Amino acid sequence: MQQFSPLLRRDQQPVRYLVVDDSVFARKNLIKMIELFGGEVAGEAGDGLTAIAEYNRSTPDIVLMDITMPQMEGIEAVERIVRQHADARIVMVSSVGYQENILAALQKGAKHFVQKPVKPEVLYEILRYVLGDDPNGVAAPVALAGEHQL
Amino acid sequence: MRMELIQPFINAADAVFSESLQAPTKIVDLTMDENIYRRKGVAALISIKGDIEGRVILDLAPEVAMRVAGHLAGSPLPESEQVIRETVCELANMVIGNSVTLLNDQGFRFKVFPPEIHMSEEGLGGSADTEAMVLCVETPCGQVYLNIAMHYLHRRRREQTAVPALD
Repeated sequence: MQQFSPLLRRDQQPVRYLVVDDSVFARKNLIKMIELFGGEVAGEAGDGLTAIAEYNRSTPDIVLMDITMPQMEGIEAVERIVRQHADARIVMVSSVGYQENILAALQKGAKHFVQKPVKPEVLYEILRYVLGDDPNGVAAPVALAGEHQL
Repeated sequence: MRMELIQPFINAADAVFSESLQAPTKIVDLTMDENIYRRKGVAALISIKGDIEGRVILDLAPEVAMRVAGHLAGSPLPESEQVIRETVCELANMVIGNSVTLLNDQGFRFKVFPPEIHMSEEGLGGSADTEAMVLCVETPCGQVYLNIAMHYLHRRRREQTAVPALD
């Protein structure tokens, strides 16, 4: 299995993630990658409304947000979260990657977009980029023995 | 049946399974079929309406769905109908999402409906004149079947309303 240098906050604590997807199975897949990157799951949600509540409860460093979900779609949830928390860092994760969708998400305040199926190495680079401009941000990953640094 | 409408679905299925399972896949048994579709396992049917219209069926055996779920979750999962449904739904969403991205970027506009899951004994409905491309994707977890019927809406309308010229 591919190995990654841990992504840590500047205070050397694990990065905390909120994972939002209506499919339990898709959430498990993302959580597996988060653990591979040395992260911690702050919360999970299966729709946009729950995501907003979970964000307020857990104040994660990063949100991984699906677009098409019941009750409230991901793009609307992004807009509402960013309205309350201007510093929220949200990465959209969707199988539908056409430009209108990406632009709409970015306009509402999402920081990046990754298309499903998610490749761990692609998500890792996106997370490094998104965490890079965060004051709590990412500490320079330290390569451990036997690991490669991307 | 226009291959330019079918090809994005074939490419997307190949990419989704090889990337998700991180192993090579192979497309086999590519055929045209005009018969009512007979389901082989658990099937997700997704309808598309707009500039192009049709439907895609993604069909796999429950044990194949469980193996895929276990692979993606990182460890084997206890077998349940919900996991099977979720797996088939998510795979269908990924294949369709990737295909419609390609078609949308080519300028086609359409609406994609959420997947309908079929697990019961009855076959999936389909009209006798539905010409579909049927293919099988061989993956390390087992075989996955795709049945794709897609056409241009404007072309079909023009064909339906065409009146033979009189001398």
